[in-house]
Formats: sequence, C-alpha cells, structure tokens
Amino acid sequence: MKYIDEYRNREMVRTLSEQLHTISRDRPIRLMEVCGTHTMSIFRHGIRNMLPKWLQLVSGPGCPVCVTPTGVIDAFVNLAKRPGVTITTFGDMIRVPGKNGSLADAGARGADVRIVYSPMDALTLAAKEPEQMVVFLSVGFETTTPTIAATILEAERQGVDNFFIFPANKIMPPPLAMLMQDQDLQIDGLLCPGHVSIISGADSFRFLVDNYNLACAVAGFEPTDILTAILSLVNQVQSGKPVVDNCYNRAVTGRGNEKARAVVEEIFTPTDAEWRGLGVIPASGLALKDGYASFDITRELDLRPEPSIEPKGCRCGEILKGLCQPRQCPLFGKRCTPGNPVGPCMVSSEGTCAAWHRYGALEEQS
Amino acid sequence: MNTHVTLDHGSGGLAGQQLVSSLFLKYLRDPVLRQLEDAAVLPQQDGRIALTTDSYVVDPIFFPGGNIGELAVNGTINDLAMQGAKPLAISLGCILEEGFPLADLERIIQSVAGACDYAGVPVVTGDTKVVPRGKADKIFINTSGIGIIGEGIEISAGRVKEGDIILLSGTLADHGITILTNREGLQVGGNLQSDTRPLHFLVRKILETAPAEIHTMRDPTRGGLGTTLSEIARGTNLCLAIDEEKIPMRPAVRAACELMGLDPLYLANEGKCMVIADQKRADEVLRAMRSIKEGSKSRIIGRVTKKYPGRVVLTTAAGGTRLVEPLTGEPLPRIC
Amino acid sequence: MCLAIPMRVIEIKGGGDSLMDPATAVVDADGMQKEVRLDLVDRSPEIGDYLIIHAGFAINCLDAANAEINLQLMRELAESMGEENGS
Repeated sequence: MKYIDEYRNREMVRTLSEQLHTISRDRPIRLMEVCGTHTMSIFRHGIRNMLPKWLQLVSGPGCPVCVTPTGVIDAFVNLAKRPGVTITTFGDMIRVPGKNGSLADAGARGADVRIVYSPMDALTLAAKEPEQMVVFLSVGFETTTPTIAATILEAERQGVDNFFIFPANKIMPPPLAMLMQDQDLQIDGLLCPGHVSIISGADSFRFLVDNYNLACAVAGFEPTDILTAILSLVNQVQSGKPVVDNCYNRAVTGRGNEKARAVVEEIFTPTDAEWRGLGVIPASGLALKDGYASFDITRELDLRPEPSIEPKGCRCGEILKGLCQPRQCPLFGKRCTPGNPVGPCMVSSEGTCAAWHRYGALEEQS
Repeated sequence: MNTHVTLDHGSGGLAGQQLVSSLFLKYLRDPVLRQLEDAAVLPQQDGRIALTTDSYVVDPIFFPGGNIGELAVNGTINDLAMQGAKPLAISLGCILEEGFPLADLERIIQSVAGACDYAGVPVVTGDTKVVPRGKADKIFINTSGIGIIGEGIEISAGRVKEGDIILLSGTLADHGITILTNREGLQVGGNLQSDTRPLHFLVRKILETAPAEIHTMRDPTRGGLGTTLSEIARGTNLCLAIDEEKIPMRPAVRAACELMGLDPLYLANEGKCMVIADQKRADEVLRAMRSIKEGSKSRIIGRVTKKYPGRVVLTTAAGGTRLVEPLTGEPLPRIC
Repeated sequence: MCLAIPMRVIEIKGGGDSLMDPATAVVDADGMQKEVRLDLVDRSPEIGDYLIIHAGFAINCLDAANAEINLQLMRELAESMGEENGS
C-alpha cells in the first residue's frame, strides 16, 4: 500500500532502531503517547522490543472509549433499551461493560444496536428508517469530531429529523496541561497524536513547550514514523532544547485543517467534561450549540448523566495517567481479561491493558 | 403456485415431498439420494472412517464469491480433507424460515449441486424442516460428511515437533473480510470475494508427495489463522513462529483490513489450508501444493520452535516480534 | 481516534450543490474502493492525489513532495549506517 509500506520497511526500521541504540544514557527517558492508535501500532509492529532499555514508553489518556465515564456508558446502554431507538456506534464501544452490561449485551437481549464505520452511515440509516430515533454515540477526539459535525450539517440540509447524537466528544490539550501539572508524572517528551494534529495543527502543542518545557514530536502511525519521532524526542531531551518537531509533515501542517475546525465551531461549543480516571476537566468536552439542540438526544429525551461507578480494584484511572503499568493492576489478566473486561482499558482494542494483554507477554518472557 | 416456503413444506406431507422432488432433486442427482430412503446405504469401504459435521448460519447468505450452499459443501469436504480423509459423501440438512423465497432456496440448492459436482462428492441423504417466521434467519444448513482415511496416514497435532515447517496454501482473510464488509452498514466496495473452495484435491497431492511427513493440517475458518495456530501451540506446548512478510495477502484485502482496523490473522478463510510438515520434505511439499490450482499461492510462513512454549510468535512486517493470542470475542472493526 | 489511511483519488463526484450534490471522491487503495465525503478538505483534490481517509471523510490531502523527501532522507540514513557498519 502506497505511503504505508514504505514506512514499514524492515531495513529502515532497523536503521532507526540502531540509531537509537547508539545513544547511551544512565538516566532513563520517559516518553508518553496519547493516542490509542499509537499504542496499538507500537504493540502491533513489535516496536517496544526494538527500544533501548533506558527508554520508557508510557500510555496516556488517548483512548476516547477508555476515558468515557462509566455513567455515560450506562446512559448509552439504557438508551439502547428504549423502544423506538436505534443505537449506531463505532465498533469499540460495543463491549464496554457498564453496571447493567454492555451495548452488545443489550443487543443480544433485543436492543437495536448497529456498528457503523462513519457517522454518515448513521444518517443514511435514519433517512431510511424514519420511524426510529437513530442515535449516534458521538465519542472521539479532534480527528473524529469534524466528521460528526459535518454529518449534523448534512442532516440539517436534508431535513432528517430522526437523527440524533449523544454528545461525548472531547479535546486533547486540557488533559495534557493537567497531566503536566502532576508532580508524580515525570515525562520528558510527548509523542503527539498524528491525526489529531492534522485537524488541530502541530502548533497546537506549542503550549507544552512554552509552559512546561516538554519535548514534543508529531508522529505518524507507521513504525518508521514512530521511531523517527522517538529519535527526535530523545535528541531534544539530550540537547535540552524542546520544540514541537513535526515528523509527520506529509500529512500535518503547523496550522492544521482550518476548514474542519470551522465546521466543528459551527456545531459545537466547549464544555466541562468528566474524564474517567482524571475527573472533571474544564472546557475539555464539546456540547452542541443551542442552534443544533434538536440533534441532541440528551435534550430531546431529557437524559441525565448517571453517577460514575468505578469497578472495585480497577486501576484504569492511574493507567490512563501513565502512573502505573497494566501488570501492576491486581485485576490484570485475572479478573480482567479481553474476554471478560472490568474496565475500558481492557475492552477497547486500543486500550492500554488490551494491547498489553494481547502482545505484552513477549517482553515478560524475553 | 407457491413462491415462498410455508409451514406445510415442513410438515412431512405432500407439499414437502413436492418441494424435494421439484426443487432439491432437480439439481441433486445422486442415485442413492434419489431413492429417498430413511438412510443412505454406501458400498463397503477399506480404511478408517472419518465423520464430521458443521452447521452454517452465515449472514448474508449470498455474498461475493459464493453463498451458504457451496460454503456448506466445501466446509464439510475440507474438514474431512484436513484429517487426511478422502471425502465420500455428504448429508444435507436444511432448516428454513417460513416465508423464505423459493427462488433463493433454488439458487442455494443449485450451488450445493454445483459444488458437489466440482468436488466429485455427492449429497446422498438430506432433511428439510420449516420453522415459523422469526424462529430462524432465512436458512440454516447442516452438512455432515463421511470420508475414508488411507493406510499410513496419521494427521494429528500430536505429531508436530520442533523444526517442522509451517505452510499456508494461499491468501489470508479473503472470506472473513468479504463477509464483514458486506454486512449492512459496512459498505467498503472493491472486488473482495470469498475464497470458498474444496481442498481435497490439494490434500490428495500433498499426501501423495509426502504421506508420512505431513504432521497436521487445518483450515483456519472461524477465528482465523491466529486462533488455529494458538490452538496447536497450546495443545503441543511448542512455539509456532511465523513471519508476517511471508503471509500472502491480496492487496485489496490488506487495504480493507487497514482501513477498518481489522487484524487479518483473525478473519475466516474458507478455501485455505495450513500444513505443518517435517522440514526434510517441506520444499517438496511446497512445490506440490503450488502445482495445484487451489494452492498456487502457497508459501512457507514459519517454523516450529521451542522458544516460547505454547505461544505463537509473529515477526512483524517492521521486523519486530509480538505474540499472537487466540481470538476473544468477534473481530470488531475499529475506527480508532 | 486516529485510524486513517492514505487512498488515491480516482474520481471526483458532485460538488455542484451542497444539498443535492455534495462533493465526494472515489478513492482507491490496491483495488479496494470507497466513496468518501470531501466536506472537510479545504482544496479540491485532483485525480491522482492521495487523501487521508477517516470515518468516511477525507480529512486532508497527503503532501507527496514531503513524503518523497522523508523517504529519501530515510534511505540516506540507512545507507550511511550501512557504510558505518561496513556492510
């Protein structure tokens, strides 16, 4: 596949890994990545084993499913059980357990729950089934939010009045700022999410350099992209001169995609939002503007958020902050497995614990 | 004139008999079947008998590259073939939902007959039931198959040993990605097609070439190659080490997997065979596989080691290493 | 949520009217084809351009010139490491 295979080339990958290994350090360097797709890519391609021992990679709150509070999950499941409602969602949400089971469980008991690949598919479905309230579970970060905003605009143009969203979108910079203020969290550099950056622009991470002296590198998702960004971060830390290095410049610009951002600003407005494990972060979520309230299922049906209940023993919150590794959670691999997940970090295919469970045992044995 | 299946068709009366004679027997021509006795009587056989059964509930029932009918025939033939058995005969049990269009049933039975003719394995007995609307999803098919295992053929995971070579007969994940992308709501397009086909010709060639050196064979259907290999690794406590770069894949299938975030190692295959053979004859086995149409894209994809006992290890396209676990739950398309 | 892949534009459709005729592109990756929305890209792509596709939308055009530069730099790095290692 063009513009993918070249960036997976074994020769290139080995070269970059060797470059990293030419550097010797006594003090470790801790890098955080905040994108579920980065977590998955690192594990899927076996990149961890290529890194020198002094390099520590930590996973932050980059999985939109993982940071959705349990109260919201419960609200999704309750909504699914309502007659006349069709739930449409991305695949990851289906198995996340709430206190009354998951969307998949609700589907098994007769609820109408469908996986879609695009929010537009949900709109098409709504147009085809006018007697159903078709609700799209709007979970995602900056990459996905514009696609939902564009879909709402299209729904308005087409006059589809049975299409709704359950707003749960979030934005990245506020939790990053919050994390950087945490004394326990010693992070030297950040692998910045590549596709979020397409929308927000590489410059949107400048504040981390300016306010927190944090080395930043915008990274694509192929193995060479990730290793190139890691190399950049290591060099930045070594030189003591942090910047935002755009290592994914075939897709990302400094300014980002202004048209996409304009579409989002038309529909959404910032609001305070609860992040699982991190608590409420001001202005970190998105709500529908009053002009688009008719698309908001929570206003249509007057849905109140349920209180969030953390499953006992679950350490997802600390894992999301990068403060502990999955294996340090007492439930990991025992009570909590991909087939029987306790918390979202294990359920979502991009959750830290799921990735570790699927791929991580290799390191244990090596 | 009926256009849809009715409950009458399944009551054992005239309507059912007419359905059999005018539709099923229009296409299924085996003389033993046409006797319509309570059981099919087959001639005496030399050798051990292999018996397998499988039920088919695939949705959608018609998909690019085939339908539930030929899937059922080929699937059962393949189970026999993977055991080293020469398929002899098949039974065909259909459960029909009231209201199922007869035109669709006819298409499916026509496909069943076509698959049987191509494979040279007849349907010799059958059964049809009808359940009320809503109690079944259009049509469910069960096929059981009988085959004969020749002398000296011992196919079993227990024979797998360190140093063995792992081969795959062709491109991975064709069926699974086709089904997933054809289900409602996941319109991806492209010329994706199921790979459903019978593998007994291929197996015959493999066993002719190296009868004693084939240790085990599996067709990686539900759960995909990843699950199949995991089962063998766990059962033998050996390590199966495969190389992602060596696994053949159709470019469009790879692209679809990338786009949807699906791991091809866990998608079903309905016309592919994984072989674990003694390394002494592996190259000969590979050549033999490639000489048959169904195996023309065969490759050596890995070997059996002791490095991580009970595990499957993948050398990734990037040159890293990771473990392959058995599948838990259905593969979900990812957006993230 | 970041899963997105580059796909090549093989056809541009619509764009005449944002309601009746929204702009879409048919994109291709190794024979797999998809029709995607162009609501979010700020310039009209041309046949042969590569678009980054996410959730049924194009979210950006791929900068082929930059891609070639990256790949060339990586190749040069690989060569120079190879020479250092005496291979």
